[in-house]
Amino acid sequence: MRSIDGAVLDLKRLDLLATGDSVIHRLDARAKVLTTLVFIVTVVSFNRYEFTALFPFFIYPVVTASLGNLPGGYIVRKIIMVIPFAFVVGMLNPIFDRELFVRIGPFAITGGWISCASIILRTVLTVGAAFILVGVTGFLSVCEALERLGTPRTFTVQLLFLYRYIFVLTEEGARASRARELRSCGRKGLGLASFGPLIGHLLIRTWLRAERIHMAMLARGFTGEFHSRQVSGFGWRELFYVAGWSAVFVVLRMENGAQWMGRLVTGVLS
Amino acid sequence: MSHHIVEVKHLQHIYADGTVALQDVSLTIHHGESVAIIGANGAGKSTLLLHLNGYLTANSGEIRIGDFPLTKKTLPEIRRTVGMVFQDADDQLFMPTVFDDVAFGPFNLGLPVDEVKQRVKAVLEQVGAAHLQEKPPYHLSGGEKKRVAIATVLSMSPDILVMDEPTSGLDPFARRQLMGLLRDFQHTKIFTSHDLDMVVELCQRTIVLHKGIVKADGPTLEIFNDDALLAECRLEKPLSMQGCPVCGKGR
Ligand SMILES: Nc1ncnc2c1ncn2[C@@H]1O[C@H](COP(=O)(O)OP(=O)(O)OP(=O)(O)O)[C@@H](O)[C@H]1O
Ligand SMILES: [Mg+2]
Repeated sequence: MRSIDGAVLDLKRLDLLATGDSVIHRLDARAKVLTTLVFIVTVVSFNRYEFTALFPFFIYPVVTASLGNLPGGYIVRKIIMVIPFAFVVGMLNPIFDRELFVRIGPFAITGGWISCASIILRTVLTVGAAFILVGVTGFLSVCEALERLGTPRTFTVQLLFLYRYIFVLTEEGARASRARELRSCGRKGLGLASFGPLIGHLLIRTWLRAERIHMAMLARGFTGEFHSRQVSGFGWRELFYVAGWSAVFVVLRMENGAQWMGRLVTGVLS
Repeated sequence: MSHHIVEVKHLQHIYADGTVALQDVSLTIHHGESVAIIGANGAGKSTLLLHLNGYLTANSGEIRIGDFPLTKKTLPEIRRTVGMVFQDADDQLFMPTVFDDVAFGPFNLGLPVDEVKQRVKAVLEQVGAAHLQEKPPYHLSGGEKKRVAIATVLSMSPDILVMDEPTSGLDPFARRQLMGLLRDFQHTKIFTSHDLDMVVELCQRTIVLHKGIVKADGPTLEIFNDDALLAECRLEKPLSMQGCPVCGKGR
């Protein structure tokens, strides 16, 4: 449980990064949300055997993260955490799809392996982009931007509460498990027997606390609208940002960037 | 001004598990009064306060804040009038940074960004938490959290300030600071406290709650001089009203 607590604190750190100040931070949240959406759609739209063409797309997360002064190691660690989940999704492909795809020397690579790798790569790209979006924008502003882009308010508010709820749940969980650990005198608690009541207790506590926090929000005039301190409008800079990146994505989608780079290099060499 | 009157009539609250937290509570608090609600643990103080901005609904009885009875319709208006600081500061802070948390209320009031920034800065200075502005609330110490929680409410400039044990967990300096702050707050103040010395200093009037009923209601000094009452309600004289045990002077 302690590690879960740590992971959540880590997630909160992401939100904290959003209070930074950089070229990217100063952009209107809507521009960043739109660009990220275009990015995700383009990456997902590749066919399932595409692998090499995905690599040039790393330019987007790398450039935004570095312009936004996000700590690289931290972001990479966050992204590595989701790889196992992606692997579970793609795991069965190599078993069912045994068609030969390429042969490199003695190794035969089947289509299944390629599509599995493609799934992992796409997950890394999309999840990475989403993490970075939150890191340079803040979850609150992302929700606000979604709303201003036309998403129904009920949806964005739910999203925000869900996000808050994750924190509340894990905080309560960490407290309860710490109390249990301290009183179990070094033994492994009371084993599984004490876990059932603990979980039940936890859910009630979380629910009550979420309710009190909701109350605190209402008490301070919350009407379902969120405001962030960043004042920004959608100006030329934003337009340029969205259009520029979208153009890059479309070109990379149409042309296989990796092959193109390869050709360029061989062209120069020959 | 009549619209800052708090009127509670025959309030009864029974929790879902059958605990009778409030049996029959009636009280009227006028504009500008500073009132302490004291009583033993479990006397029903927090329960009573949570009714004042509609967090709990009464089983029977009536509450009026100013000119309005407390109903679903008047609730948003009443919540703007009544600023409430909860007993547990963790319930009050939910934004990523202290600044955002304090700014949450003023933004909801529809104030422009510059004014919000000014206000946030001013109230954080008032509670002595200006240096914490960019910190996340969950990384603060207990007393710091409390101070920020108080700032979140002050930033909305409420007409009635309701606080559940404002000085619990504060260091002596912060406690003094808060007491100064409360003294300067011109509007109606209602708070519960086990800090009886603060009650003597800040409140002309004290209400004693015991097992869900109002046991006494009157001038603070009178109440603290009624030894029988204090003993019955598990209370005692504030230290400042007792003789000094070290030097033997005093009453
Ligand atoms: N959610 C709840 N469900 C059931 N009973 C409750 C609930 N909350 C409080 N109580 C009970 O109601 C009674 C009054 O509680 P309350 O919190 O108002 O006490 P208090 O006067 O604020 O005490 P303290 O000085 O310890 O803060 C207590 O006996 C308590 O056990
Ligand atoms: Mg209480």
